[in-house]
Amino acid sequence: MSESPLVLMKDIVKRFPGVLANDHVTFELRRGEVHALLGENGAGKTTLMNILYGLYKPDSGEIYVKGRKANIRSPRDAIRLGIGMVHQHFRLIPTHTVTENIILGLKEAGFVINYKKMNEEIKRLAESYGWKINPDARMWQLSAGEKQQVEILKALYRKAEILILDEPTSVLTPQETRALFRAVRRMAEEGKGVIFITHKLEEVMEVSDRVTVMRKGRVVVTKNTRDTNPQELANYMVGRPVIFEIEKKELQPGDPVAVIKDLYAMSDKGVLALKGVNLEVRRNEILGLAGVTGNGQVELVEVITGLRKAVKGRVIIDGKDVTNRSPREIMELGVAYIPPETLRWGVVPSLRVVDNLFLKAYRYPPFSKSAVIDWKKVYEKAEELIREFEIITPSPFVKTRTLSGGNIQRLILARELSGIIGGGVPKLIVAAYPTKGLDVGATEFVLKTLVKYRDMGSGVLLVSEDLEEILRVSDRVAVIFDGKIMGVFKSSEADIEEIGLLMAGVKEKAKAG
Amino acid sequence: MVEWLESVLAGAVQMGTVYLLASLGEIYAERSGILNLGLEGIMIMGAALSFLFTIAYGHLTALILVVIVGMLLSLILAVMAVSLRLNQVVVGLALTLFGIGMSGFLTHPTIRGSVLLHLNPDLPETALIIQEAPKLPEIPIPGLADIPLIGPVLFKHNILVYLALILSFAMWFILFKTRIGLSLRSVGENPAMADALGVNVALVRYLATLVGGALGALAGAYLFIGFQPFWVEGMTAGRGFIALALVILATWNPLRAILGSLLFGGVEVIQFRLQLIGLGAQAPQFVLMLPYIVTIVALSLLSFESVKKRIGVPAALGIPYSREEV
Repeated sequence: MSESPLVLMKDIVKRFPGVLANDHVTFELRRGEVHALLGENGAGKTTLMNILYGLYKPDSGEIYVKGRKANIRSPRDAIRLGIGMVHQHFRLIPTHTVTENIILGLKEAGFVINYKKMNEEIKRLAESYGWKINPDARMWQLSAGEKQQVEILKALYRKAEILILDEPTSVLTPQETRALFRAVRRMAEEGKGVIFITHKLEEVMEVSDRVTVMRKGRVVVTKNTRDTNPQELANYMVGRPVIFEIEKKELQPGDPVAVIKDLYAMSDKGVLALKGVNLEVRRNEILGLAGVTGNGQVELVEVITGLRKAVKGRVIIDGKDVTNRSPREIMELGVAYIPPETLRWGVVPSLRVVDNLFLKAYRYPPFSKSAVIDWKKVYEKAEELIREFEIITPSPFVKTRTLSGGNIQRLILARELSGIIGGGVPKLIVAAYPTKGLDVGATEFVLKTLVKYRDMGSGVLLVSEDLEEILRVSDRVAVIFDGKIMGVFKSSEADIEEIGLLMAGVKEKAKAG
Repeated sequence: MVEWLESVLAGAVQMGTVYLLASLGEIYAERSGILNLGLEGIMIMGAALSFLFTIAYGHLTALILVVIVGMLLSLILAVMAVSLRLNQVVVGLALTLFGIGMSGFLTHPTIRGSVLLHLNPDLPETALIIQEAPKLPEIPIPGLADIPLIGPVLFKHNILVYLALILSFAMWFILFKTRIGLSLRSVGENPAMADALGVNVALVRYLATLVGGALGALAGAYLFIGFQPFWVEGMTAGRGFIALALVILATWNPLRAILGSLLFGGVEVIQFRLQLIGLGAQAPQFVLMLPYIVTIVALSLLSFESVKKRIGVPAALGIPYSREEV
């Protein structure tokens, strides 16, 4: 008689508008195992786990927990069944203490909460996994790694036997990662089941007993980790030999179009996000900026484009000092900006496609004379841009929010790259995470377009968290960590291992690019 | 000199009780994420109804009825803000305007008589036209009330003054030491998380808003029958908004609200004193202006993100919660 698995998800189907996120997925978690769920971004891993945690309702399929059929309608149901999930973005209350965050909603805490006893219990539980946590500390005082520990403790304190960790290492330092792996192994030894969502192959090999690979909403394979190897997993994950070649002219980079000297700036939270950045982007060159998200990339592009004030340092574009000038002045010098989180910062979703296309050019001739917009000219040009940038839309007059993410990104490219005052190509293109969340086709289009403009003479600053993408299209790579540039390399000579270490802030070794 | 100090301090406690009752309730509402800008309207309704109900039924019944009306008024806000997820600022201001208008209407000399007769047909003719009502009796605490200075300042007041002080400590304890308090604070900080952990967000917000309404109306009743039992239309004179500012100065902490109430109450009492000894014609108005200036400054400070973080504004204050949008 074999023991029934902790979790069995059978034939799960989940559809979002326009996407089949889970296509008849079957997944099993056994007692005492660490089960890695591997796949690229958008493969459907997180969707599947959100279904298990009750955040989404599956369109069809069945879930069994410890052999019994379960109807999980909300996280509350999931918690009751012994399922705990730690999200990529922590769900904690920064002004409350560790203990308060952990015991919220627990009847066992008593009416008058016995904080002394609770603190003691939580401390002991944390120590059993090798963690040192002060239960009286407020959340905002803790590091990302400690916050994650609190999230895990929150689940364990509720006697969770099934723990879902969604990309848990993305916010951790290497040391914190090792401590997490030790704790995860410990949990498995205790007979719990841990689901480890990741897209990093080394982590799968290091921590898991079994691995399930997902691609485009389907399960490709489930294997014992010791029976496989990273190369095989990579092939399962992408499903075809990776890396599509992008044609690029051999060009000698020209004069610098943007020079950033010793730049300092604050983040929204009022702490220093840039700590002396030095960079140079030249004509006919794509400079890739690699780094883990949140190390100052967004602040840097915002200072360059005039959206954020520099505390110290200089931004020189095309020979002119534009530090702390207004966004419009900088734009009029020939700077194109593809902002992060396009839907939020890049377009006005409730305006028509044509309006969004001309949000930049509308105030200049030939589209407006004095204060009046020449709509006929605008419409003509819109048709042209829609064709040139392959924007798929029923007409130029529909609301922009009805377009898919890929088409909205094309719209932004069209607006930013064509809308140069006085014609010509942009001198500098600042592209912040331009392919994030896009499908393969749209990604390819965005990258090809950037290369095309680089060939025509623009200098491009490409910010991305996808190192492979950066290496594919950039001429040089700069690595940013904690608001500082850790090193600049020629892409052809770049060593992925070394860049990876620099991204983690491991060593500081600058080479002339 | 001691006598003067004694009467100023005792006056500060009495005047401050208006602010203390109102801000205690508002602290609970805001801790749960509901900003009740209808506080001024609820207070003036509390004052007007305590006038009418006291004449009709006497003190005890009047206080009970006023509290019930306060809860009903705040129930309107709760339905609009929690269930219908409307803009709390708009709904709150509407409630204030309603309260000011309604209180003026019910107490208008041409209307008041018939309102009172509806409440109690046996009222004598004279009761229908007076502008006053009997004040709540003072209850000196035996023994303690005779201590010089401290006695008259702290232990020679009516029941509502004592109640406000006791409530401050009780509400502080509940807020920071009990499970209900933790749920309340969490709902105002991160309702999605509280929901996921089994806290009934809507219920908590309803209850907190009702507590706020009950205490707001009680504050208005106290202002009339406990402090100055002579009816003047619009007699709350913006004190509901001052209480809102006090909540911020008290950083949403019931115990700190005591200090803030004494401060605001004291400023007002000193201004009365200055008027009594005839100190300048303009100066009293300047002093009278101070609480309002503090109010404006405190409310403006709220708009700075860094200030928000430091003083611990409930992160979800004013933001409706809907499970689907998470």
